[in-house]
Amino acid sequence: MAEIMSNIQVSPGVFRIKISGKYEGRIGQFYMLRGSRIDPLLSRPLSIFDLKDHYIEFLYQVVGEGTHLFASLKRGDSLNLVGPLGNGFPDIEGRTALVGGGIGIAPLYFAAKQLRDTDIYLGFREEACLVTDFNSISSNVRIKVGGSILDEVVFEDYDHILVCGPTGMLKAAKQKQVEQDYHGNVYVSVENKMACGIGACLVCSVKGPEGTKRACVEGPVFLAKEVDLDD
Amino acid sequence: MINLSGSIAGVHFKNPLVMASGTFGFGKEYAQYYDISVLGGIAGKGLTLHPKSGNEGLRVFETPSGMLNSVGLENPGIKHFLENEAGFWEGLDLARIVNLGGDHIDEYIEGALLINQDSRIREAKGLKAVDIIELNISCPNVKEGGLAYGIKTEKAREVVREVRAVTSIPLVIKLSPNAEDLVSMAVMCEEEGADGVSLINTISAMKIDVYKRKSVFRNLYAGLSGPAIKPIALRMVHQVASRVNIPVIGVGGITSATDVIEFIMAGASLVQIGTYNFVNIHAGEELLSGITEFMNNEGIQTLDEIRGII
Repeated sequence: MAEIMSNIQVSPGVFRIKISGKYEGRIGQFYMLRGSRIDPLLSRPLSIFDLKDHYIEFLYQVVGEGTHLFASLKRGDSLNLVGPLGNGFPDIEGRTALVGGGIGIAPLYFAAKQLRDTDIYLGFREEACLVTDFNSISSNVRIKVGGSILDEVVFEDYDHILVCGPTGMLKAAKQKQVEQDYHGNVYVSVENKMACGIGACLVCSVKGPEGTKRACVEGPVFLAKEVDLDD
Repeated sequence: MINLSGSIAGVHFKNPLVMASGTFGFGKEYAQYYDISVLGGIAGKGLTLHPKSGNEGLRVFETPSGMLNSVGLENPGIKHFLENEAGFWEGLDLARIVNLGGDHIDEYIEGALLINQDSRIREAKGLKAVDIIELNISCPNVKEGGLAYGIKTEKAREVVREVRAVTSIPLVIKLSPNAEDLVSMAVMCEEEGADGVSLINTISAMKIDVYKRKSVFRNLYAGLSGPAIKPIALRMVHQVASRVNIPVIGVGGITSATDVIEFIMAGASLVQIGTYNFVNIHAGEELLSGITEFMNNEGIQTLDEIRGII
């Protein structure tokens, strides 16, 4: 069990939790988190928001029972963590657009801190969050509330596009790559529901032209062209 | 000195903990987290003659104290297993159980033949990768076969008889709680020469998205597992164990050492741990120390002292 240093609401229903300890992880990787009780049964996969010598941070939205429980935790309470899991984003060089929608902005903060030459595009349905934090690490942050942030991204200006957000957004990014015959890499981070988180149960499988892949091991980051995206 | 060991058809289990099929891959994933050779055994991911890509759409949904899954037997096929995974099993010091599924009786037979043939070839080299075949006639998530065989005793009899006839490897039949008459199903397995039965597989269940006005699963129904089903599994194990003389492997919702003890008291020879592996990545080793502690505290030397006492 690891001790919670803080658990702050950063916008309606969105929390930033800081957990004490020494952790590892690459951008796009995730941890499985759970409380000490058996119910809710399954751990929740959360991608790394930030990582320092003595703590790890996650950003989560309250959507169900598990995240509701997380939101009730206070400084000094504890959580179980397993990770880092998944492949994460590959080591890339070149101009990169980081595109996040809603809670999909979570892995992009860590990414922006580690990658050079990035522009950040953040889209929100109703209310932007963590704008100051993103602005503090990059001078190229574009925010859009309502509408599609993806429309603001000129793919041709970049070597790589990293997209994390709702499935509709990932599908739109994949479609835009095809329509514009974009030859750079479009990476999407999928948010399939998981159970074991380590590749044993196959509930998070993603289908694609090269067969089935596990979102928790071969993913959650895939090249858009590698995966069929379901709603 | 506490003795936790048991056996099925001469296959030794150093303790009653077996990891359930479909929840433990082929063991490699969990082996990264603890020494899985502390376990009594593992049942690998359910295999079919041909590879299966599994069900489309959502495959998991959490329920109160449980979960629904609709994986649909995604697996790489028996040949792939024998060529790529069985080598890892050769080196494991525990009972290794292949879970064999199928859509049709011919697939079960051909699958069993392949495994049998592979065992002979390995045996000639002094090697072994498979100790037991667990025949899965109870998967609720595949449209053809699978559960169809698991519901009607006489339909299941054909599969058990044919598979029994083509393999000398110890055979355990995994039974479905959805069977019309579970006790007669188990009795049939014993009559047909099975070496044991394991029960229960997941319970056929459902979840509706009221906003979309449809089942969350493309396959309509899914399989319920986890602590929610434990009381039902326990009752079924008790009923079956009191009627058959072959070993019963108790499965369903175990999340603690005392849950294991309950199944033993209900008559189970061994137990399988499934969904709890998802809850606690160290489930196997922690349950093992929990059982040992319980027996020490209660002054129990062997599980035989408490097996089937209810």
